[in-house]
Amino acid sequence: MNSAEQIARDVQSGSMSATSVLEMSLDAIRARNEELNVFLYVDEEGALEAATKIDARVANGENVGPLAGVPVALKDNLCQDGIPTTCSSKILEGWRPPYNATVVDRLLAAGAVPVGKTNLDEFAMGSSTENSAFGPTRNPLNPSRVPGGSSGGSAAAVAADMTPLALGSDTGGSIRQPAALCGLVGMKPSYGLVSRYGLVAFASSLDQIGPLTKSVTDAAMLLEAIAGHDVLDSTSLPEPAPSLVAHVNDGVAGKRIGLVRELVDGADEDVVASVERAVEALREAGATIVELSVPEFRLGLSAYYLIAPAEASSNLARFDGVRYGLRVNEGDVTAMMEATRTAGFGEEVKRRIMLGTYALSAGYYDAYYGQALKVRTLTIDAFARAYEQADLLLGATTPSVAFEFGSKTSNPMAMYLSDVFTIPSNLSGEPAISVPFGTGEAGLPTGVQLLGPGRSEAQLFAAARVLEIANG
Amino acid sequence: MTLPDGWEMVVGLEVHTELKTNTKMFCGCANAFGAAPNTNVCPICLGLPGSLPVLNVRAVELAMAIGTALHSTISPSTFHRKNYFYPDMPKDFQISQYDLPINAGGYLDLPDGSRVSIERAHLEEDTGKSTHLGGSGRIHGADRSLVDYNRSGVPLVEIVSGPDIRSAAQARAYVAELRGILIATAASDGRMEEGSMRIDANVSVRKSGEPLGTRCEIKNLNSLRSLQRAIDFEAQRQIDLLDEGGKIRQETRHWDENLGTTSTMRVKEEADDYRYFREPDLVDLIPDQAWQDRVRDALGPMPAERRALLSARLQSPTDALLGAVEVVIDLGLDGYVNGAIDAKVAPELAIARAANELAAGIDTLDNLTLASFVTTLSMEQSGDLSATQAKTVLLELLAKSGDPRDIAATRGFERLASGAVGDIVATLIEANPDEWSRYREGDEKLAQFFIGQVMARTKGQANGKEVIAELQARR
Repeated sequence: MNSAEQIARDVQSGSMSATSVLEMSLDAIRARNEELNVFLYVDEEGALEAATKIDARVANGENVGPLAGVPVALKDNLCQDGIPTTCSSKILEGWRPPYNATVVDRLLAAGAVPVGKTNLDEFAMGSSTENSAFGPTRNPLNPSRVPGGSSGGSAAAVAADMTPLALGSDTGGSIRQPAALCGLVGMKPSYGLVSRYGLVAFASSLDQIGPLTKSVTDAAMLLEAIAGHDVLDSTSLPEPAPSLVAHVNDGVAGKRIGLVRELVDGADEDVVASVERAVEALREAGATIVELSVPEFRLGLSAYYLIAPAEASSNLARFDGVRYGLRVNEGDVTAMMEATRTAGFGEEVKRRIMLGTYALSAGYYDAYYGQALKVRTLTIDAFARAYEQADLLLGATTPSVAFEFGSKTSNPMAMYLSDVFTIPSNLSGEPAISVPFGTGEAGLPTGVQLLGPGRSEAQLFAAARVLEIANG
Repeated sequence: MTLPDGWEMVVGLEVHTELKTNTKMFCGCANAFGAAPNTNVCPICLGLPGSLPVLNVRAVELAMAIGTALHSTISPSTFHRKNYFYPDMPKDFQISQYDLPINAGGYLDLPDGSRVSIERAHLEEDTGKSTHLGGSGRIHGADRSLVDYNRSGVPLVEIVSGPDIRSAAQARAYVAELRGILIATAASDGRMEEGSMRIDANVSVRKSGEPLGTRCEIKNLNSLRSLQRAIDFEAQRQIDLLDEGGKIRQETRHWDENLGTTSTMRVKEEADDYRYFREPDLVDLIPDQAWQDRVRDALGPMPAERRALLSARLQSPTDALLGAVEVVIDLGLDGYVNGAIDAKVAPELAIARAANELAAGIDTLDNLTLASFVTTLSMEQSGDLSATQAKTVLLELLAKSGDPRDIAATRGFERLASGAVGDIVATLIEANPDEWSRYREGDEKLAQFFIGQVMARTKGQANGKEVIAELQARR
């Protein structure tokens, strides 16, 4: 499938219809969805209606928008009016939101065509999409491997050429890690750049919506379309969407890029080798490389696995069988709630709810949640000190390439370690991008991660573009 | 009620007041009482997955106004989540304020001169309203429950007093004074019967001079009368229990209005664990000085000051008159009364008409302009209208507005000519010889018969005292 950039140009110029683009997208979904389990729901009717309208508007000489006719996949924790939204959980059985997430409204306003909802780890809790109540998604590059997670379905949709664009959500690496494992560009924007309104919350202070695409330019286009202040999200930054596409080719000449030891240590050799080659590519493009150590990053994982479950334990309380979704009738209201939650949530979700409930409990709050908040502050301060020495930071996205199904499911800690390099940016609320660079074991892609201070998305895209070009 | 010798009760009150905003605390739904169930709802106040709260600025202003009136310190504050499962709470947590409330400290002076300290007055959201059908009528043991989420997300301020209250009557006076303040700040309509104000009372007893006893919390007292009765009952219950050698268990108790008793709702084995943590979907609330000043400047005088001002205008303040002044202040009718007094209406007359006729027609008070009120009372004072006629005109003005002179003219209310009452009395004596002779023989009840007849013939214009004088003169 063509890039979003190309499709939008063709549809707007009339040289290709939005309906024919959609047909290609739907054909690709029909061809491989059964095998890969990417989409949980395909809205053929709604997508066709949207594409037809776009074609009519083009025929009418209207400017349809920067994403004219571009099919886009939505992670199934994003609300779309009237479309089933499951978060890959049995507990949301039958629920159709009566409203659009802000990002969905903005996609529609930009002329994009949402085609369906993609698989994820239940409530975005996981790193392989194996925690879905509706079965795992397979990595299109090697179906015996995981696509990563939790936005594994969105990554697979783009990697399998089903849609050129997909939206994911990233709480601890859930966009960047699957992007790395599927050979894609994936960005977690600055906290507040993209409205969270309509994103079913996992950990509110960490969640951000972002793009998964094949190219840096497509990622910049998609982010530009969905970013900017939203009155419906109190944590949304008070400014309009930044100009991103225009800066994609700004390069890195004169930039100081910090190679962070803690973002490489512990990664497999193939991954480390790719990061080293990325260092060379950036240097050749005129950047100065500084080697840094940020020891606080080592504490991030522990802090994250207290803060995220604590918020999740509260965010997921509402799934109680009273108003929507699954209800298991039993005894009185308390028994009904218990039975519903017991039947509706999967193992990992239950594990994190218990962890979070414990961390917030009287007598334990200070030792766990309170302590984790202090580590979060330390992480933010550590980033700030690192950015005194470098404009951007560099490291691996994940410790390994895509792994085999079942290889980490029996040991939650091993799975949690998949996120060790991505978590610090969620804790600090700052942006980071994973860009495919090189290959590793079994010919699978390796991802390199660039991190920047708040609102540095344009610089991150420019640096990622340098690597994209060098990667060929 | 007085407690047995040597005993003292210690009471602290938590008053929840719904704020009179147009919209709810975190969404654009109407904040209105009495709509059809589940019609004022949206994804936000239903807590649907993916929805987020956005703070209502007006709610913050009203909370600041309450704090200012209670001499609190307005402080940078944060919102927390109070986590517990309950079917009428759609998110299964309540957004409230915890360690950093918007209003900290303060006090409220009562008309009897006592002062009750205020610990805090914080913002939080209301829950939906459950109706439990069948069984006990409470959630446990009901056959089924219905939930109306119209109230879900309505802004509340919870005002927590210090444990300074020493009698049920003082508790009542505190709530009455607080209610006046809430109305004066425009924060609340003060309608306790609609649940605009709900009170939890913490009650304990002790022998004078001893340390505080174990307290029980009586939930959801919805009228001044219930409050006073419940506190008196509970204090006596605790004293009786202690006298019998028993121990007070810390617990939450339910007030039964019909039985006039409190009973155990749930026992607090240990402190509830609400797992409070900062609400990550909201930012810190930091009202700057300029905003605080605007709120302070916009605040009118509070009830205590208005009560003093109005009382000072009375020539001879009797208890009855001061009681009527209370009513006038409580209902916020002092604007009418002061306007009338300014226009040379006698203070006693203005207060009487406000405390009676206007109080009775309070729901349609908007129909009555100050000018109409003043005109009606001036006509009464000059004798153009009798007392009965003036009341009739006021009732009509309250019911459907209008010009008092037109209303008087339409109803045929005219000033009687001098001597007219005497003439009518003479005619009536002639027409009713039996009644007249009984009256003459000392049956005073028949005076009312003649007054009624005169009133009927004069459309209420005659003065009852003048009729009696005419009757006496002919006896």
